[in-house]
Amino acid sequence: MFENLSERLEKALAGFRDRGKLSPDDIKKGLREIRLALLEADVNYRVVKDFLARIEARALSAEVLESLTPFQQIVKIVYDELVNTLGGKAQGLNLSTKPTVILLAGLQGSGKTTTAGKLALFLKKRGHNPLLVSTDVYRPAAIEQLKILSQKINIPFFDASPSEGALEIANNAFKMAKNTGRDVLIVDTAGRLHIDEDLMEELQSLKESLKPVETLLVADAMMGQDAVNVAKTFHERVGLTGIILTKVEGDARGGAALSMKEVTGCPIKFLGVGEKLEALEVFHPERLASRILGMGDMLTLIEKAQEAIDFRKAKDLEKKIKKMQFDLEDLRDQLQQMKKLGSVRDILRFLPGLGNKLQNLPIDEREILKMEAILNSMTPQERRNPHIINASRKRRIAKGSGTTVQDVNKLLKSFEEMKAIMKQFKNPGKMQGLLRRVLGI
Amino acid sequence: MLNLSKKNSQPEDKTERKSLFERFKEGLSKTKEKLSSTLGEIFVVEKLIDLAFLEELEEKLILSDLGVETTMALLDPFKNKILKGEPVTTSDLKRELKRISLNLLADYEKPFPPDGKPGVLFFLGVNGVGKTTTIAKLALKLKEANKKVLLIAGDTFRAAAIDQLKKWGERLNIPVVAQQEGADASSVIYQGLEKALREDYDFVLIDTAGRLHTKYNLMEELKKMYRVMDKLVPREKRVNLLVLDATTGQNAISQAEHFSKAIPIDALIITKMDGTAKGGIALAVSHKYKLPILFIGLGEKAEDLLAFDKEAFISAILPD
Repeated sequence: MFENLSERLEKALAGFRDRGKLSPDDIKKGLREIRLALLEADVNYRVVKDFLARIEARALSAEVLESLTPFQQIVKIVYDELVNTLGGKAQGLNLSTKPTVILLAGLQGSGKTTTAGKLALFLKKRGHNPLLVSTDVYRPAAIEQLKILSQKINIPFFDASPSEGALEIANNAFKMAKNTGRDVLIVDTAGRLHIDEDLMEELQSLKESLKPVETLLVADAMMGQDAVNVAKTFHERVGLTGIILTKVEGDARGGAALSMKEVTGCPIKFLGVGEKLEALEVFHPERLASRILGMGDMLTLIEKAQEAIDFRKAKDLEKKIKKMQFDLEDLRDQLQQMKKLGSVRDILRFLPGLGNKLQNLPIDEREILKMEAILNSMTPQERRNPHIINASRKRRIAKGSGTTVQDVNKLLKSFEEMKAIMKQFKNPGKMQGLLRRVLGI
Repeated sequence: MLNLSKKNSQPEDKTERKSLFERFKEGLSKTKEKLSSTLGEIFVVEKLIDLAFLEELEEKLILSDLGVETTMALLDPFKNKILKGEPVTTSDLKRELKRISLNLLADYEKPFPPDGKPGVLFFLGVNGVGKTTTIAKLALKLKEANKKVLLIAGDTFRAAAIDQLKKWGERLNIPVVAQQEGADASSVIYQGLEKALREDYDFVLIDTAGRLHTKYNLMEELKKMYRVMDKLVPREKRVNLLVLDATTGQNAISQAEHFSKAIPIDALIITKMDGTAKGGIALAVSHKYKLPILFIGLGEKAEDLLAFDKEAFISAILPD
């Protein structure tokens, strides 16, 4: 996430690193680099100006100039200001009324419909009973799209025909939510340009009629300098309570994230981080700031692990390792659990100090897929007793997994090595590290 | 003849040419209003420019998403002149900026759309840039020119994407080749191209799923589609069109880079130019990857997709 900005900022800050003492000139030079880094990341020109003014004022204080470790001080200042600009503390949804209406608005193609589905699933997992409705009567098959998504996540959907008006559909959905005891109504709307008078009026009337507790702007994280105009206009017209940034998992540079909160005062509440409906993250300004500055984000990684890893299985595994009964069946389980955490590259990015150094490292995710394919082509008996795998079995496994006998041999050899190392350590906590070492990634 | 690109539209009468040009400028008026009024402000008086003036101009250009690199490339020659003590007037600057910007935009050298029976237009881009809508607009134009057009629903991933294209097909009365959601996109394309060859279609427009350019698997899938097309239609009869959203910032450069690494891109289409985004990134991408811009989208209606006209674009962005 935001690697490009991160890399540039780290480079800019590195200029301060080796200096025992900083002169005002050094600081000004460093700040110029920070300015370029921010501008290249699409941070709004005016936001950059203010951001730098604040940093400069603090950096030129006696505290920094006289400090013997000015680098740390500067990093701290930049970190503080990043957190500030990103919105301070994480802000949850206000779900106080029943049913709570959440209205999603945004430009065409920003990802509102997918986000509606993600948000519904997010709330369902936390014990809520959402109802979904689409008021997009313009784009062909837009209503159909949300309907299909709602079926995938098994959440009720208020069906309607595009021949009805948006307002009528929304009001009927609200009645249904009320009558069927749903506590949240998520209203998807048609994509609209912030300068499209008719459609902005439609949005206003939806807002007046539904009285949503949350009105969220769904915005593409790859947006350029115009992001602030869009956010500002939506905010002025309908009064936003928050922002959801989408498509963050690509190589978006983060400009929109840094600019929109600053300009509208509306907090960013969620990030869309993938095409799967589970891929919605609560936005934590401190964590993102520390990721941007290459300080990692262990908290999010731990949370992810807690969601993905089956702890009963982990306990079992621990026992097995202690008794040295670890077999290929367990290895397969481990691989599958790791996959749930995301790609290896994704995981490593959360680790302090690693984030950017891995950008160009050729991590071959396919090696892991290959391993999994080989393991899947074995019979359960073979996985439990790898020693029975003879030449003919190897040929069958290779054929079944679309690999070669050499690949199968390599995996078996790695597995033996892994067991040997385990014998030495017998420490289940090192499991992930071992896997990494043995897999050579 | 087809009135789709400048190159292809020679024998037309003057009024039509003018109306297209005017229409183009009219649609861009918001862009022009914004940028030229801000630039206009500083360009009002004919005077000698200084570094502070250039800095002000730099802000305007960056705010229009031109990017730091392109902005510097545009302004540095003037900066150097000023530093050497050579006088530069506002009108010099205006004229030169226009000339340089024009040169930055790549030209489309081949005929468009490609003759072929079928000529194949392959649409790619990240999620939500407006591929399907653009296809519908272009299909209508081709149909209005009495061409036999076929659509292929290659987005088998997004929920209801196939329905979306099918509904367009119904509205425009153009057949759509589709399979079910989750089908292999390459197989749909193969099936569609076979039909086009068998039934003598003039043009085939292929929709694909939006994909973030950083996703390895999705880029590999794109390569596969490209190989499948190779089997049925020769490369010179195909145009690979990357669709970019005008509101996108510097990321558009990364999109162009990654997509062109996967398969050769022939030209760009810039959508959503009717907002307040200035689309400056189009200039940077076109220049950096030598990618000509073929069309720009200025609204929801079919007639809002316009053939790209370099001169009009630049003069709409820079003040006269």
